[in-house]
Amino acid sequence: MATFEPVLLRNVGVEGARTLKVYESRGGYQAVRKALGMSPDEVVEIVKEANLRGRGGAGFPAGVKWSFLPKDRTHTLLCVNADESEPPTFCNRVLMESDPHQLIEGTIISAYATQSQIAYIYMRGEFHEQFHILQKAIDEAYAAGYLGKNIFNGDFSLEIYIHRGAGAYVCGEETGLIESLEGKRGWPRIKPPFPAVEGLFRRPTVVNNVETLSCVPHIIERGADWFTGIGPSHSVGPKLFCISGPVNKPGCYEAAMGITVRELIERDDMGGGMAPGKRVKAVFPGGVSMGVLSAEELDMKMDFDDPRNYSLLGLGTAAAVVIDQDTDMRIVLRNMARFYGTESCGQCTQCREGTAWMHKIATRIAAGAGRLEDLDLLLETARNMGMMPGLSICGLSDGATYPIETIVKKFRSELEEAIRSQPAGRVDRVLQVLN
Amino acid sequence: MSWKTLDRNQQAVDPDAPPVLSDAIRDRIRSFFDRYETKRAVLLPALHIVQNTLGHVSWQAMAEIAELLEIHPSDVMNTISFYTHFWTHPKGEKVITVCRSITCEVMGGSAVLDELKQQLGVDEHGTTTDGRYSLVTEECLAGCDHGPCLLVNEKMHKCVKPEDVAKILADSGNDRLSMERSELFDVPAGTSEHALSASSSGDGNIDTTSDVREMRES
Ligand SMILES: Cc1cc2nc3c(=O)[nH]c(=O)nc-3n(C[C@H](O)[C@H](O)[C@H](O)COP(=O)(O)O)c2cc1C
Ligand code: SF4
Ligand code: FES
Repeated sequence: MATFEPVLLRNVGVEGARTLKVYESRGGYQAVRKALGMSPDEVVEIVKEANLRGRGGAGFPAGVKWSFLPKDRTHTLLCVNADESEPPTFCNRVLMESDPHQLIEGTIISAYATQSQIAYIYMRGEFHEQFHILQKAIDEAYAAGYLGKNIFNGDFSLEIYIHRGAGAYVCGEETGLIESLEGKRGWPRIKPPFPAVEGLFRRPTVVNNVETLSCVPHIIERGADWFTGIGPSHSVGPKLFCISGPVNKPGCYEAAMGITVRELIERDDMGGGMAPGKRVKAVFPGGVSMGVLSAEELDMKMDFDDPRNYSLLGLGTAAAVVIDQDTDMRIVLRNMARFYGTESCGQCTQCREGTAWMHKIATRIAAGAGRLEDLDLLLETARNMGMMPGLSICGLSDGATYPIETIVKKFRSELEEAIRSQPAGRVDRVLQVLN
Repeated sequence: MSWKTLDRNQQAVDPDAPPVLSDAIRDRIRSFFDRYETKRAVLLPALHIVQNTLGHVSWQAMAEIAELLEIHPSDVMNTISFYTHFWTHPKGEKVITVCRSITCEVMGGSAVLDELKQQLGVDEHGTTTDGRYSLVTEECLAGCDHGPCLLVNEKMHKCVKPEDVAKILADSGNDRLSMERSELFDVPAGTSEHALSASSSGDGNIDTTSDVREMRES
């Protein structure tokens, strides 16, 4: 394990790595030259062979997604998902601010493979520094002839535009992103049709995450076998892991998948252990939408499969936040419920109503006016919202149920204890204020 | 987003009022036209540009944007009401956006927010009466490795403790990025020369009311 050599983060901390000159001096823009010498389908094949699964949360293989594009299409559009809004995820930010050309190179190769003439980078509105950094890098690439008409003096032309969001979690969902790009509310679309068939401006569209695309140059350069040789067979390739909360070294780290949550927290080259005086109470290992682990479950492997064995939704964004023993789970519950309550776009009744009610119930519990039956009520609401596949237009609804359900199930005794020890008379007063 | 509502006798847009979008703003918006297949897709860039130059997107501005993009004013309304970043009434010169998501909360973000509310004398969505600051909260700002964090306009402040708040507020350059900027979107209104001189002459005593309170009362 200790021999893992960072790939995606190899330029982090290198002086001037944001500039084209330094990026190229470290081997940058070689992969794209190699790719442009192949046919687009060959590039798709290599990415397929590498089994590059999407890093944005769903884990769908990128090469397979690309091959869903209709063969007879004339226009194709590529959207780079840089919305990064899942708490507590920041690995895309690190990629964009430390190594913007890596993303641009990955975008060019992917655009060539999918024969896209325009790539839109949908970047959340809160990214200001990152916008300026990436836009500068794009300008440099244009000036070098790596973007624009007939790039690298060949036949292929590509424009890259950054499109800035304006504060909405659901715009990270691929069809919400597309609607937002079209100048509308970020309301996810009913699928099918999938974006590959009818997406942005009703054209065949590919949406991929920043980290997914940043892997592509390395796959082209070093080959699919190199990529599949890293990590367990179902979860291959280098992966970024975020860790935040009261650990000694919060940050973004790169490793093969299959490391455990405990390693991510404890290892000296990662989280570096808990901050002095802090103990782990709970961990959300994959972004909040995947659900929570108790302190007894830290042996969970961070890969695409193992989270299911711990009643979690999946690997998600592989961004872990540690909750320490001093934090009241009622506060965590309220934070989760508020997030989904305010971010639900409101199109699907069960998502809109369910998240709103869970928010109300969690607020009441956190304010010290909980009732024991509230816990079952939360579980029932969660079950009605997310457990029926296809009930909702997008995945936010499922994502909202997992944290609530796993908190209630895994921390029930703590919550019950807190509810039982609420001072008498408090309940009535809180209810008066809340109502 | 924070809203002021109109009563039904009020006129949203005065047909005789002079346009609020200058030619420069219109040109800047038009410069985005060839990026997209539809003019409507220029709406988000247009709203950013208008808000960055005029401070907020008024009803009048919405109507003019609609005309420029050849869409109905209600389409602009429809979109703008979805996104939290756009202000439909005047905001402070600088907007302080405090992260309220899980890492920041665990690391003590609520205490920072309380301190800000106290020192500014405003609630969430409130603006100080001297017009210097508006205060909002938002979900994860993707700076969790440095939580609790907050933005002052464009600038991210990391690992903020309640005792840092006074210092941050007193610093007139607290919203400026120390880096090369891309000129694609305008400098936010809060960093204009005028705003800078106004805020540096402040004596630190901020006399305030919250527009939330104002809205409730009216
Ligand atoms: C509510 C919701 C929010 C999402 N937010 C993001 C996001 O911020 N960034 C991202 O890359 N993917 C996000 N996704 C996943 C995207 O829908 C999509 O699966 C992804 O961009 C595909 O790229 P990939 O295959 O490269 O992972 C979100 C999904 C949902 C349901
Ligand atoms: S599941 Fe929720 S967020 Fe997704 S489309 Fe339906 S209401 Fe909107
Ligand atoms: S939780 Fe505050 S920045 Fe992510």
